[in-house]
Amino acid sequence: MAHERETDHATGVETTGHEWDGIKELDNPLPRWWLWVWYACIAFSIGYWVAMPAWPGLHSYTKGMLHQSDRANVGKELSALELQRGQGAAMLRTASLEQIEKDPKLQAYAQQVGQSVFGDNCATCHGIGGTGGKGYANLRDDVWLWGGKLEDIQYTITHGIRTGAEGARMSQMPAFGRDELLKPEQIDDLTEYVVKLSNRPADAGAVARAAPIYETQCVACHGVDGKGNQELGAPNLTDADWLYGSDRASIRGQIYAGNGGVMPTWGGRLSPETIKALAVYIHSNAGGQ
Amino acid sequence: MPTLIDNRPPEPETRTAVSAAARAKGKGDAKGGLYKPREPIYPKLVHGKWRNVKWALLIITLGIYYITPWIRWHRPDGFPQQAALVDFTGRRFYFFDIQLWPQEVYIFTGLLVMSALALFLVTALFGRLWCGYACPQTVWTDLYIVVERLFEGDRNARMRLDAAPLSFDKIWRKTGKHLTWLAIAFGTGGAWIFYFHDAPTLIRTFWTGDAPVTAYVSCFLLTCTTYIFAGWMREQVCTYMCPWPRIQGAMLDHHSLQVTYLGYRGEPRAPHKKGLSWEGRGDCVDCRQCVVVCPMGIDIRDGAQLECINCGLCVDACDDIMTKMGRPTGLIAYDSEAAVSHRGSGQKARYFPVRSRTIYYALALTIVSGLTLWSLLARPDADLHVIRDRNPVFVRMHDGAVRDGYTLKIGNRTFVPQRFDVSFEGVPGARLSHPGGEGQHVSIVVPADQVVPLRVFVTAPPNAELDASVPARFVIRSGDVQAEAKTVFLSGAANPQ
Repeated sequence: MAHERETDHATGVETTGHEWDGIKELDNPLPRWWLWVWYACIAFSIGYWVAMPAWPGLHSYTKGMLHQSDRANVGKELSALELQRGQGAAMLRTASLEQIEKDPKLQAYAQQVGQSVFGDNCATCHGIGGTGGKGYANLRDDVWLWGGKLEDIQYTITHGIRTGAEGARMSQMPAFGRDELLKPEQIDDLTEYVVKLSNRPADAGAVARAAPIYETQCVACHGVDGKGNQELGAPNLTDADWLYGSDRASIRGQIYAGNGGVMPTWGGRLSPETIKALAVYIHSNAGGQ
Repeated sequence: MPTLIDNRPPEPETRTAVSAAARAKGKGDAKGGLYKPREPIYPKLVHGKWRNVKWALLIITLGIYYITPWIRWHRPDGFPQQAALVDFTGRRFYFFDIQLWPQEVYIFTGLLVMSALALFLVTALFGRLWCGYACPQTVWTDLYIVVERLFEGDRNARMRLDAAPLSFDKIWRKTGKHLTWLAIAFGTGGAWIFYFHDAPTLIRTFWTGDAPVTAYVSCFLLTCTTYIFAGWMREQVCTYMCPWPRIQGAMLDHHSLQVTYLGYRGEPRAPHKKGLSWEGRGDCVDCRQCVVVCPMGIDIRDGAQLECINCGLCVDACDDIMTKMGRPTGLIAYDSEAAVSHRGSGQKARYFPVRSRTIYYALALTIVSGLTLWSLLARPDADLHVIRDRNPVFVRMHDGAVRDGYTLKIGNRTFVPQRFDVSFEGVPGARLSHPGGEGQHVSIVVPADQVVPLRVFVTAPPNAELDASVPARFVIRSGDVQAEAKTVFLSGAANPQ
């Protein structure tokens, strides 16, 4: 590659002596701006080396005169964020639930907080859109097992359901089949009775046979008309909403085993302000009650 | 496209004369030195028709630039009182009675397209008039040359001064020039920031150090660019940095009016003595006045060139000489290549302002201007956008009714608060609800000049026979201010729960 330096005929400029495939490099002067930028970069790099962390050592690194540290910066940003959130939290703490929902600014803030907290903590069971699933309550419709007012929602989140903690919501549907409280054919009849309750075609004979069983076993919680009882967390059997499914097999299974889901107690895990925001978020998403 | 052919002789006399001076300064040229210096240009002051037009445009354009931010305009309390204001923090653009929101940035797009098309049209008709008369680079360079002339005198004096050794006289003239340049540059940058902030407030806070950092940074940057571009770089900006000369070349053709040297009339050129005959020679007396007045440092007699900005100063210079010589003016003139060649061969010169490309440009300009103006005038005073809930797309209620959730973004463009009545059309018997209200209609107060989000639920009655997707729309009304937005109602017919 290296050759003799020579003078190029066409331009009269000396070559560098470098040649690739017969193409020779001319030794033209550099543009002045280019040179100056290069010098400036050298000067900058020396300044940078002195001012900023630059060289790795065996145990540590050169710290630089500015003591710049990305880790410390992140720490600062986090505490600033904490402070900023603190202001929002203070607003939520002092305001009542109704005030939050009435004030457009607070409402918007609570919505934002609620949405992100919901995604982190609630979406696993209730779904990211809050529509729940089989065995997990739909938080978007107008059916509330334990009441759909702001306070009710706040209470349910704070204390949870069937966790055994103090104040937790508690209801228990007996496992009529598994615990042999009823005979299998009685359970079949009761299934028809429940189907009839929600105004769907059912075997009239079975319904008649099941009437006395319903009166003795079910009325206490679900009521004479089957409309349930929010105080006890007993679902309404006459509406179009089914936590464990509306087909006969599902209904029968529920009478047989008496399933009851558990919702964690969030009181100790989320701050009261966060729970307030969550309640507002769920309440407004469900259209309010 | 033969317009931009460079038919200069390989080593023009003008260039060697100047670059020899530069070489003499010892900063080196291609051989041995570190860089190739710029060949200085000393444009001479010229008087005449086109120079007067340039003076007028200089005063008008600079006047508009400096005065506009100071025009006051009445708006209700709490709103800017400045006629032209780009309010970044409030995300509004105010221009007299027009107020634009960020989502209407397409109107600016329309304006930019209009500007481009107008430039195409003007260039196709009259050549690079923009470059020569209205471009900020030209205007500020012109202003800087005025200052330069004030301190250092006209062309010859300036050349003498540059060649002279350092002296007190030279130092104060140069210092004065640069300080004045910097003051003008600062004034330029300073005027710019007033477009983005209330001018009377900013001019006070700027000096007390309370203005936003962006104001200082913008002012500094514009001061630097003005000083460097108009003071030091001048024609190099046009020749090496600006893309327009390249683009504009594509809009010119044989029929565009450009500054043209009428070669057939001027050649053969030679110096002329009074009293001698003009027989057998051209009108050009080779006085080089067209060259010395040129701010781009070119010789127009070499033909149309990329560097030429069509400013017409050489036309004035040549006309002046021709008048003195007792010859007809117009040896250098705004002329078209086609007309020149016709006249050169003894035919009548003809101009074709109406030709296919000018028709297309004018048509496109009319269409875009019409659309932009229409979209500006047809804007309603209310703004409505609908965002459907996507998760879930619908919810079934306990009684079998179906409910869809929507977020409405309701904007009030007026300067007074409006109570909007929100209604939903498309689903018979549908009920509207939002936390705090329900019925066939809901209402919401939107403060002046703001957007407020509203979550609305629409519930179709149970057993309503609806398609899976029903076309529907939201309408908001407040007096005669109204807006509507299309959406759909999903009934879940295809997905029984």
